[in-house]
Amino acid sequence: MKNAFKEIATGFNSLVTGLRITMGQFFKPSVTVQYPHETLPIPPRFRGHIELVRDPETGRAICFACKLCERACPSDCIVVDGAKLDGAKKKSVTEYKLDFTKCSLCGSCVEACRDGAIRFSRDYNLAGLNKEEFIMDLFAKLQAEAQAAGVAPAQKETDAIKAGQRAPQQELRPAGAAQTPSATPAASEEISGAHRAPPQGAEPVKKDAA
Amino acid sequence: MTNLLKILLTEPFRLVLALVVIMSFVGLNAAYLVWVERKGAGRFQRRPGPTEVGYAGLIQPIADAAKLLSKQLILPDGVDATLFRLAPLVVMAPAMISLALVPFGEKLVGRDINIGLLLIFALGSINVMAIMLSGWSSRNKYAIISAARVVSQNVAYEIPTLLVVITMILATGSMDLNEIVRQQAGFFWKWNLFRLDVNPLAPVTFLVFYICMLAETNRAPFDMAEAESELVAGAYTEYSGMGFGVFFMAEYANILLGCSVATVLFLGGWQSPVGIWSGLFWFLAKMYFLVFSVIWIRWTFPRTQFYGLLNLSWKILIPVSLFTLILTSAMMKIFHGFHGV
Repeated sequence: MKNAFKEIATGFNSLVTGLRITMGQFFKPSVTVQYPHETLPIPPRFRGHIELVRDPETGRAICFACKLCERACPSDCIVVDGAKLDGAKKKSVTEYKLDFTKCSLCGSCVEACRDGAIRFSRDYNLAGLNKEEFIMDLFAKLQAEAQAAGVAPAQKETDAIKAGQRAPQQELRPAGAAQTPSATPAASEEISGAHRAPPQGAEPVKKDAA
Repeated sequence: MTNLLKILLTEPFRLVLALVVIMSFVGLNAAYLVWVERKGAGRFQRRPGPTEVGYAGLIQPIADAAKLLSKQLILPDGVDATLFRLAPLVVMAPAMISLALVPFGEKLVGRDINIGLLLIFALGSINVMAIMLSGWSSRNKYAIISAARVVSQNVAYEIPTLLVVITMILATGSMDLNEIVRQQAGFFWKWNLFRLDVNPLAPVTFLVFYICMLAETNRAPFDMAEAESELVAGAYTEYSGMGFGVFFMAEYANILLGCSVATVLFLGGWQSPVGIWSGLFWFLAKMYFLVFSVIWIRWTFPRTQFYGLLNLSWKILIPVSLFTLILTSAMMKIFHGFHGV
């Protein structure tokens, strides 16, 4: 009998404690992040798919197609090609394709790159409807970004004047590449359709990448 | 014109008007209590709850209603079609009728009869039968288990509920809800909750009533009837569209009713706790406070096990309510003369 009363008392007490705790939580601010409207900051060492780094001065890729990354890749998912431009000392990258369906994000390519020409991107909104969307043309993406940032055309022209003999952008490309500068934004949009504009703050454009 | 007025003021018309008002009241409350419930659940779990549809998700209930209304009412193979279709009506109607008896204000009663309390509890037991009907007619294992649970749960909890109600009838000497409220006029220490001279255990009685009310409305932590994690949706498993929607509304209607009766019996109904502005406002304030506490409890306690539920009733609530009944009778006999105040 005594035990029964004791049990009721302790049980009741624990119920009241529970109610007090939930009411305490009720008035505290909410801890969830309303995802599409707000995002958490991406950690600095976040590993997205790789991307080419732009030289902030010229607006072109730093990459000179040494193919170290291509060799370092354990999954054979990188294809790099380059060509030597008239008058330039080094080769320039003309094709950089990443098969993201095979990539395991091991980062060997970034480690192998001596000149910091590739880095991990911060894209994570990578939904797609078919496999082909994940075979990414990183070179086209870089050019589209450069154009969007307004670096490419203006800088290029001044560069051309300085260098005296540097070719306009059409000649940067191999003859096979069908993309003309005017077609670039649309084409690269098509190729990297998976890269939808991420929410605010998700893709900081690093100007000091080099 | 005067003839028209005479017709408008007759009792049948008043009743129809009351039912229309009650129906819209219940519909609106069911819709927006779902919103309050979801918003409250969010706050208790430290998230914002619905935010997308309208400001703070305020249009969400309307969107939900539109969704439920646009869905097909599926009649599965092998169900008892008549009972299956009848069950949602049987669960909704008693709650509506009962609310017409509740005095929201001194004059704001659908039908002011002198045995309102008796009628409410008579109608209240139909609720059990409706859920049992839905479970039985669904031809679904989960629904049958749910129906069995509902019956044993409600049989167990009707007893302490009615013992408490008898205690209150003894203490007040009336089954007229409005009369019970009138007796509690003045300040909050005049409420039946604090009338320790007739029932020294009045707060305990209130607690027993409140627990029984939770159990009778099948609310958490006593939601054995639609224990989602065990029984899919319990007795409502086979219902689709508005068939399910009506059960859902009835649940909230019953919560409203239970909280209204608790307000009338213990918290002074429409009487003001501070002696001013007695009326609808205070009734709604008290009732919604109780409704909020029901939501609060739902998001605090996990579901009890079935034997725990029955143990609570048979081992604690029934003895306690019997004891308070005897105690009240003794107090009435010794100090107040048998026929009460």
